[in-house]
Amino acid sequence: MTATTEINKIISKENLVYGKTSVLLDNEMHYCPGCTHGVIHKVIAEVIDEMGIQDKTIGVSPVGCSVLAYNYIDIDWQQAAHGRAPALATATSRLMPGKYVFTYQGDGDLASIGCAEIIHACNRGENIVVFFVNNAIYGMTGGQMAPTTLEGQVTATTPYGRDCKVTGFPMKITEMIAMLPGTRFVTRQSAETPGAVRKLKKAAQKAFENTRENKGLSFIEIVGTCSSGWKLSPVKSNEWMKENMFAYYPLGTLKDE
Amino acid sequence: MAKFKGAIVVDTEKCKGCGLCVVACPTKVIELARDVNGKGYHYAHMANADACIGCSSCGLVCPDTVITVYRVKAS
Ligand SMILES: Cc1ncc(C[n+]2csc(CCOP(=O)(O)OP(=O)(O)O)c2C)c(N)n1
Ligand code: SF4
Ligand code: SF4
Ligand code: SF4
Ligand SMILES: [Mg+2]
Repeated sequence: MTATTEINKIISKENLVYGKTSVLLDNEMHYCPGCTHGVIHKVIAEVIDEMGIQDKTIGVSPVGCSVLAYNYIDIDWQQAAHGRAPALATATSRLMPGKYVFTYQGDGDLASIGCAEIIHACNRGENIVVFFVNNAIYGMTGGQMAPTTLEGQVTATTPYGRDCKVTGFPMKITEMIAMLPGTRFVTRQSAETPGAVRKLKKAAQKAFENTRENKGLSFIEIVGTCSSGWKLSPVKSNEWMKENMFAYYPLGTLKDE
Repeated sequence: MAKFKGAIVVDTEKCKGCGLCVVACPTKVIELARDVNGKGYHYAHMANADACIGCSSCGLVCPDTVITVYRVKAS
């Protein structure tokens, strides 16, 4: 048997072990090559599919590169003003009990302009899930400094590296959130290796289960990359992230009650 | 010998040539093609198909979810 015929025999429906979930639409994603947003979208879609909650899930997309998330995950969506996703999610979950409501927000959206919104939603313990995508930069607008940008990190607005004497310190939002009594599950994950993707999926599933049980707010930070903003290749971005981001933003679960 | 034999199918027109699957593959099956797709990206393909064990690592990390993975028990 030649190699090609052997491969053709393997490639058949009954041998399928991994493919695109139907909760993910066929639209081509507008994200740059290697962008972590794509992996996170996929994980959320797979969990929605596996939990059978497609018709009960409502996402709130942010302002930022993921503003168009509603083009990719086949559920009901709202799109919030910059930083205001927690307010829309609050109203939606209170008015529609039984729905699985989540926000999907970048670090500029959540930690900068939307900082007050998220802290109060967490403090109120709204019955929602928050996906907080920390790529240490404003990706969409061309790579400006975010509150999460690391000390010394070069961005469009910190061309000589972030100087904490001038701009303050990189903000550990997730640690702050974990202190609030309104939050039940607070975790920091990543998505750069198969193992990390599996862990993120478990965390997302747990978060939606918390919603089902009316447990309150689950907060998942995902440390990710922005190769365009960081001016590195996708592979080099992951290396830079592991070396620098993980040291300041350590992975793991901070709270699980 | 590996317990499983696998094969992947890449939707080459949708692949963005990011190379994350190349790094994720434990058996070095995948390479980026010299050729480019309609968008100008060097798409991923099985350069060393015999080594594939169908572990799905490439599929899990692909941001554009353009890899489908198949697996059979090795005979
Ligand atoms: C009220 C308002 N202020 C500022 C902007 C410009 N703006 C658009 S996206 C963005 C930041 C996005 O960064 P982030 O939330 O980290 O998302 P990313 O693109 O990195 O995923 C800013 C400041 C805006 N659209 N609206
Ligand atoms: S600019 Fe950054 S965050 Fe936005 S799509 Fe590109 S890589 Fe992703
Ligand atoms: S990870 Fe996906 S998009 Fe990136 S090179 Fe591999 S197949 Fe293409
Ligand atoms: S399924 Fe596993 S062995 Fe096969 S190409 Fe993908 S990562 Fe490599
Ligand atoms: Mg960002």
